[in-house]
Amino acid sequence: MAALGMMIEVRGLTKTFGHVTAVRGVSFSVPAGELLVLVGGSGSGKTTTLKMINRLVEPTAGTVLINRTDAATIPGHVLRRRIGYVFQKVGLFPHLTVAANIAVPLRLSGAANGNIRERVGTVLELMELPAAFGDRYPAELSGGEQQRVGVARALAAEPRVMLLDEPFGALDPLTRDRLQQSFLGVRRRLGLTGVFVTHDMLEALLLADRIAVLKEGALVQVGTPAELLRAPADEYVERLLETPRRQRQALDALFDGSRSAPAS
Amino acid sequence: MREQLALLPGYLTAHLQLALAALLLGALISVPLGVLVSRRRGLQGPVLGLAGLIQTVPGLALLAVMVPLLALFGLPSIGFLPAFIGLLLYSLLPMLRNTVTGLAGVDAACIEAARGVGMTPRQQLLRVELPLAFPVIIAGIRTATVWTVGTTTLSTPVGATSLGNYIFSGLQTRNLTAVLVGCVACALLALALDGLVALVGWGFSRRRPALLVLALGALGLLIGYTGYTAVRDSAGPVNGSGVAPVRIGTKTFTEQYILGEILAGQIRRVTGRSVQVVPSLGSTVAFDALRTGGIDLYVEYSGTVWATLMKRTGPAPARADVSAAVTHYLRDEHGIAVAGALGFENAYALAMRRERAEALGVRRISDLAPVAPRLAMGGDYEFFDRAEWQSLRTAYGLSFRERRSMDPSLMYQAVGQGTVDVISAFSTDGRIAALDLVVLEDDRGAIPPYDALVLAGASLQERDRAVIAAVAALAGRIDGDAMRRMNRAVDEEGRSPAAVAEKFLDAPKL
Repeated sequence: MAALGMMIEVRGLTKTFGHVTAVRGVSFSVPAGELLVLVGGSGSGKTTTLKMINRLVEPTAGTVLINRTDAATIPGHVLRRRIGYVFQKVGLFPHLTVAANIAVPLRLSGAANGNIRERVGTVLELMELPAAFGDRYPAELSGGEQQRVGVARALAAEPRVMLLDEPFGALDPLTRDRLQQSFLGVRRRLGLTGVFVTHDMLEALLLADRIAVLKEGALVQVGTPAELLRAPADEYVERLLETPRRQRQALDALFDGSRSAPAS
Repeated sequence: MREQLALLPGYLTAHLQLALAALLLGALISVPLGVLVSRRRGLQGPVLGLAGLIQTVPGLALLAVMVPLLALFGLPSIGFLPAFIGLLLYSLLPMLRNTVTGLAGVDAACIEAARGVGMTPRQQLLRVELPLAFPVIIAGIRTATVWTVGTTTLSTPVGATSLGNYIFSGLQTRNLTAVLVGCVACALLALALDGLVALVGWGFSRRRPALLVLALGALGLLIGYTGYTAVRDSAGPVNGSGVAPVRIGTKTFTEQYILGEILAGQIRRVTGRSVQVVPSLGSTVAFDALRTGGIDLYVEYSGTVWATLMKRTGPAPARADVSAAVTHYLRDEHGIAVAGALGFENAYALAMRRERAEALGVRRISDLAPVAPRLAMGGDYEFFDRAEWQSLRTAYGLSFRERRSMDPSLMYQAVGQGTVDVISAFSTDGRIAALDLVVLEDDRGAIPPYDALVLAGASLQERDRAVIAAVAALAGRIDGDAMRRMNRAVDEEGRSPAAVAEKFLDAPKL
């Protein structure tokens, strides 16, 4: 029965580029409605792993099952139309308006014009963007607004699975926080299954249902944020957790100080 | 001016037919080819290299080389086809290169996003890559447009009418109005077409559908109209009799333009056939065209056939013997008939300003040899490559301080002003007398005689003996003085070759 709800399952996923093995034998599963965050330093293979799920990168070995269907049996472009994807570099089409950008996945799946207009309005609202933005071009928007459009585009065709590749990495902290909150809200409301890549452990702890830590292309540990904090599998995971911990201590000290200050 | 402007619609339409056809097909070839080579990196070097190589061939040479090449495959070797193919090849590089550059410049993030949202490779190309590369591709089309419209003027020497007709014949007959009209019309046409293409680009990239529709509509109308004229021109023969017109070629100097009109007038008057003059052909283009049936008649000089085609060097026999040998050679080797000798000679000759020749004590070419190392010599484009020059050098041991090739019409000016001391003149040229030049005596007989012969191609001989009879009646009717007078009437008195020819044909026969 548990297998019925399982949306994404990755088995022994491996990718070699020439002599370099970028990902070696990674296996994990993401149950329906859960967000898995892939964390690791640069070169850990997290982005390659993500791209193998929708076959932007073809795996050298291993299988990806989506709803128990082998992804390799579906034509690449058909597979990708069913999966929302948010890019690190946003990747909006500069020659199309915001509305036209959001409409791209809808047009690819052959939606009718009337439905497209309605759906574009819905996802703009979902991502807290004013309807008037639809007529603007990407270059006229701020970085945060652009990535909101990027997420809106990924949501447009109502996918049940979302992949996100460091989507908020290039944004300023305030914008980033607000986008994270929007995304969390939307994801919960729609019950999306997702895989989210980041190098930022704090972001992982805040967003993830479960975290998968990658190092040099191999999986080191998979667990809930609480499990990771309680029992890091090795020194590498420990080191990744160090920064959020230190930041928490520093913040605690500051909050304590500000509370006691008026009394002195 | 009015006379020149009357020719404009015909020249402009023909120019547009060539330029637009070459550009249109060029774009249809080079944009898809550009897409292909940007997909297959291995092809990119060879294809761009080849297009670049074509581009380095001078325009005139590229067009001229099409004539023997097409003849080799048995295709119509003069007129529209060689010009069209040459221009087409010439237009490829800018459009090809800009397509490749434009596609290479598309942001990799956009391409990945296109894949990521589920586009097929074809959708990626049509919906993302080509639209984003479009401004660069348009820039390439604009470059090709300006180049091609300009280069189309070089279609004239391969027998295709273009605005180049103004320029080539105008330069030769010293008709500056004609040259000016040709240049200005060509420049305006280039600017107008460039502007239209630019408008298409702006309409697209500034998202102004109205502008885009307007520019595309104007271009479409122009292409449609040009296509219509092309079909109309090629469909029915001019006189509606169903008989192809007799085509008369001329080379690129005054005498040839006059003789072309005389032949045309004579045929019209005697036989009533429709006649078409194909002016300003390159020297070897004219012969190739006659041989392959591109033209039916033209006037050639016995010495040219003797030296250039039969490759005879050294002292030549007497005038009649050369003509007889040439007649046999043309008939046996090429099936070309000599319809008649017009009666005058237009020999290559070395000429100097009288006072300069007298100061140096030069009367004969053998007097020239000792002083030649101090002198500069001007020749027409082909002279220094011709067998006659080889013969002269061997016979007299000539070696000049400097040799300059230039346009025949400028050559006379150059010797008149003393820029050069000696020129390769044509003995019938009206300017020899006008500029008070002396022709140096060829005392060792290095230069063969140059009887003006009307040559008739094989197809005309089979098709229409009456036409050959009509031009044969001109045999012996033009002597050297008559030819010189007619040349002078055009070069110095500003009459048109057609008017001079009319006057000749109207004069009572002696």
